[in-house]
Amino acid sequence: MKIIVLVKQVPDTETKVQVKPGEKAISTDGVTFVINPYDEYAIEEALRIKEAKGGDVTLISAGWDKAAEALRTGLAMGADKAVHLNDPAFLGGDAHSTAVALAKAIKKMEYDLILCGKQAIDYDNHQVGVRVAELLGIPHVAVVTKLELQDGKAVAHREVEGGSEIVETPLPAVITAQKGLNEPRYASLKGIMQAKKKPLEAKKPADVDAAPNEVGQAGAKTTVLTMTMPPERAAGRVVEGEPEDAAKQVVKLLREEAKVI
Amino acid sequence: MSGVWVFAETRDGKIIKVVNEMLNASKGIAAKLGEDTAAVLLGSGVEPLAKDLAAMGAKKVYLADDAKLARYAPGAYAKIVADLVKKNQPSVMLFGNSAVGKDLGPTVAARLGVGMCSDCTGLEVNAEKKVVFTRPVYAAKAMTTVVCKDNPQMATIRPNVLPPGEPAAGAAADVEKVSAALEDADLRTVVKDVVMSAAGKIELTEANVIVSGGRGMKGPEHFKLLEDLANVLGAAVGASRAAVDAGWRDHHDQVGQTGKVVNPSLYIACGISGSIQHLAGMKTSKVIVAVNKDPEAPIFKVANYGIVGDLFKVVPVMTEEFKKLLAQ
Ligand SMILES: Cc1cc2nc3c(=O)[nH]c(=O)nc-3n(C[C@H](O)[C@H](O)[C@H](O)COP(=O)(O)OP(=O)(O)OC[C@H]3O[C@@H](n4cnc5c(N)ncnc54)[C@H](O)[C@@H]3O)c2cc1C
Ligand SMILES: Nc1ncnc2c1ncn2[C@@H]1O[C@H](COP(=O)(O)O)[C@@H](O)[C@H]1O
Repeated sequence: MKIIVLVKQVPDTETKVQVKPGEKAISTDGVTFVINPYDEYAIEEALRIKEAKGGDVTLISAGWDKAAEALRTGLAMGADKAVHLNDPAFLGGDAHSTAVALAKAIKKMEYDLILCGKQAIDYDNHQVGVRVAELLGIPHVAVVTKLELQDGKAVAHREVEGGSEIVETPLPAVITAQKGLNEPRYASLKGIMQAKKKPLEAKKPADVDAAPNEVGQAGAKTTVLTMTMPPERAAGRVVEGEPEDAAKQVVKLLREEAKVI
Repeated sequence: MSGVWVFAETRDGKIIKVVNEMLNASKGIAAKLGEDTAAVLLGSGVEPLAKDLAAMGAKKVYLADDAKLARYAPGAYAKIVADLVKKNQPSVMLFGNSAVGKDLGPTVAARLGVGMCSDCTGLEVNAEKKVVFTRPVYAAKAMTTVVCKDNPQMATIRPNVLPPGEPAAGAAADVEKVSAALEDADLRTVVKDVVMSAAGKIELTEANVIVSGGRGMKGPEHFKLLEDLANVLGAAVGASRAAVDAGWRDHHDQVGQTGKVVNPSLYIACGISGSIQHLAGMKTSKVIVAVNKDPEAPIFKVANYGIVGDLFKVVPVMTEEFKKLLAQ
């Protein structure tokens, strides 16, 4: 089973986001970058399938030089090789142009299954996996919390409002991972040592048959006009008194002052 | 090239709430663009719902009613919607940011080769007659305004944010029936079964009131306290990741950056410290109440009303008080 996993490097969830006036991106000063949490579930699932059924796992990421660190971490977890779409032309893309770059690269690779995160926690787009499937002309199942493979098909539990749908799809397909799918492993020291020797190939637009103006910012189909800090919530207020009295007081305030009940 | 279109998602035989919110917003957008609003209704036995869409403001309803469309299937739904868009060329196409909308929106956008703005909390028409979408990024730690370069300008809209319209009973819409000419390839993915966690449970992302519990609940059995409170308020019950990871609550119930992003009128956090990841999921709630025994807990920084104390004493009193209040 040949598995491809899409991996994006994103700011850590602890990040205190700062946007300088007039800028359209967050300040990266002092920000720690990690593998997108949902992509960790995708990597873990790929490794478990490989361990059960054999095959290999290839990671692919479009991103700046530093994104290679995320790919190395995935290799240290146990993936076999990695492809890094690393060129200024790939940067600043939206969901459309990022999916175009990834799909063009994937078209040159062999695969039975593609796994990725349900969404990247930077722009929270929730689009790229589905778009890659469409561009490759293969089906997808999104927001998956359980995955079983049988010959030539996959049965996936997909999260919907109030429950799950159990969806069957032929392979190859794109599966997007949701929390609950598995518990991702940490890279072992041995894994980290081995990862240094695993192939991590950098590719330019020409290597994936992409014109520089169809990927990254030039290929984007949306334009960000402004990025600003959200309004601060007014400072909180503690209702004094014994807990039981405070509870009564708060119920009253919710009706009379806040008028939400 | 004309029309502001809304995808009319249904659940349990009814149009979901966010559709009314989107149609209400679309009336204003369409007026500024000098265009009309339309709804796209897909399903099996859904024809009677067309009049509800008319009441919500749709001037036209594109209806595909077919047994094959009884359940959402990305290939089939995307084919019908994309074909309709290609034929009629609307300038705007909106979906709710629901399980279906989040799936169908990007599928259709990819087929049309256009951009899409996800999970938007606002939209307005600018001087160039383009729709400017407002969308939170980095789990609402920053806000962006975004435009789509081409038509249809596509977006998914966060439920519970835009004001709903007051349906005008008796309003009529022109209903255009479309046939679902589907091929095997459009039906590659099949829903074999649906497992609901609890019938009639209120969906967190659509709830008007949420009562959430964290590690301070001390065990799964104590969530009964929150369920009692929720029952009185008609609220949904959420949880912090600590409570979910401990196995006390289902993954579906997690609120936060890697859980649900919610924006109810009232969010009551019990035994939740207020980590940056939890706040990312609920900070936009209109009113926040926090119950925590640690006066230094960060949740108090965002709480409109904080109670420093033992939740096991506070919550039952709140439940009783609300009961009395609502019985009046
Ligand atoms: C990548 C990543 C993603 C994450 N995503 C999320 C997410 O989506 N959602 C989320 O919630 N977290 C998320 N977290 C976890 C987050 O960092 C915190 O660990 C978590 O939110 C803590 O949950 P808690 O507030 O219930 O527990 P704690 O932080 O342990 O707080 C428990 C609180 O209960 C109070 N308490 C205890 N007993 C009582 C009592 N009897 N009465 C009143 N108060 C009491 C304590 O004073 C304390 O403040 C994420 C973390 C990471 C690394
Ligand atoms: N630049 C990228 N490189 C590799 N994978 C990506 C990239 N952007 C998004 N993805 C994948 O697509 C998923 C959804 O991303 P998004 O649509 O941006 O929220 C992510 O979880 C990743 O698995």
